[in-house]
Amino acid sequence: MSAEAHRKVPSIKHSALTSAPREACELKLSLEIGGNLKILKRLGYRKLVLQIGRGRVVPDSFASTSFSLIVYRYKNSLKEDIKRSDLIISHAGAGSCLEALEEGKPLVVVVNEKLMDNHQLELARQLHREGYLFYCTCSTLLELLKSKDLSSLKRFPPGKPEIFSEFLDQVVGLKKLMSTSQSQPF
Amino acid sequence: MNFFLCLIAVGGVVAVLVLLRLWLVLRPRKEGLQTVSVSVLVVAGSGGHTTEILRLLGSLSKHYNPRHYVFADTDKMSAVKIRSFEEKRAERDSESLYTTHHIPRSREVQQSWSSSVFTTLYAMCYSLPLTFRLKPDLVLCNGPGTCIPICASALLLGILGIKKVIIVYVESICRVETLSLSGKILYHFSDYFFVQWPTLKGKYPKSVYLGRIV
Repeated sequence: MSAEAHRKVPSIKHSALTSAPREACELKLSLEIGGNLKILKRLGYRKLVLQIGRGRVVPDSFASTSFSLIVYRYKNSLKEDIKRSDLIISHAGAGSCLEALEEGKPLVVVVNEKLMDNHQLELARQLHREGYLFYCTCSTLLELLKSKDLSSLKRFPPGKPEIFSEFLDQVVGLKKLMSTSQSQPF
Repeated sequence: MNFFLCLIAVGGVVAVLVLLRLWLVLRPRKEGLQTVSVSVLVVAGSGGHTTEILRLLGSLSKHYNPRHYVFADTDKMSAVKIRSFEEKRAERDSESLYTTHHIPRSREVQQSWSSSVFTTLYAMCYSLPLTFRLKPDLVLCNGPGTCIPICASALLLGILGIKKVIIVYVESICRVETLSLSGKILYHFSDYFFVQWPTLKGKYPKSVYLGRIV
């Protein structure tokens, strides 16, 4: 599926960057200061969407024929931007990770070096172990983008909340009531 | 001296009675609730916690009605997400009901453990009257600090014999190898404790593992 997303837009690739407040500055710095937009361009991306949250450094949005940068702090939903993107770079928060993976998009998780012992890393590490995403730190992000084949990532199967609701129906006794009421003629 | 011995003895008896009552409340029961609707007290948290709990709620049938949401007063995004979730739900089901309630945060991120005790006690002053007023059939929570005073209040309803509240805790998908602080506490006090990774099921055998449910 992730490979398909690439094929749909062969020439124009978008890249949405979703990020938590704390990581925003560092991600921004790693992309901006090193002249890294050039590298994204060389990799075939034509647009970068940055969600910077509460980040203190605010890069200017621009649009040229070869590349455009869109910067915003928050949106109620990143869904539309995620759908339009060919690559998601995100912090390790469960919400952002799951949102990107469920849209079938290649995901690179940037782990904050300062929060190395943070439990957030557990999820990213596990999902990486199972082949659903790549993860890196700010300093290794660009190297990873250059060297890894994003289409080698596995498609993430959706979670099954219906199993939870079935279990709950049984323990609260709803199942029984519902089935008996269904069996009664109206 | 005798007075103190008496005091200790009385204290001991009360403690034993409370523990016995606690054991009775937490004991698994076979019969479910004899009702067609289940009122749910949902402990919403910040960001990811809210996303996960809304996924779980999204799968619940219309019989889980009404839903009372409790969240810490500093979290605005959660309120927005919950409102939009409930508005969509109300469009499909005209009988759908929900309420929202604010209580003070019991623990800020990276707050020290010792001061957490005091802020949790403070949050308890708000949680107790709220939980006693709502008397939910079910408390559903997934880890924000706010769930500790709420679950303690729900447990107290059972200990006092007012109402047995079913406490369901779902550990966040983020937790692969270790439980959150709330999880470590509520593992002992919830009726159903869900984990979403096999490693945790191995470490905490009393937990329920049904794969990934968010």
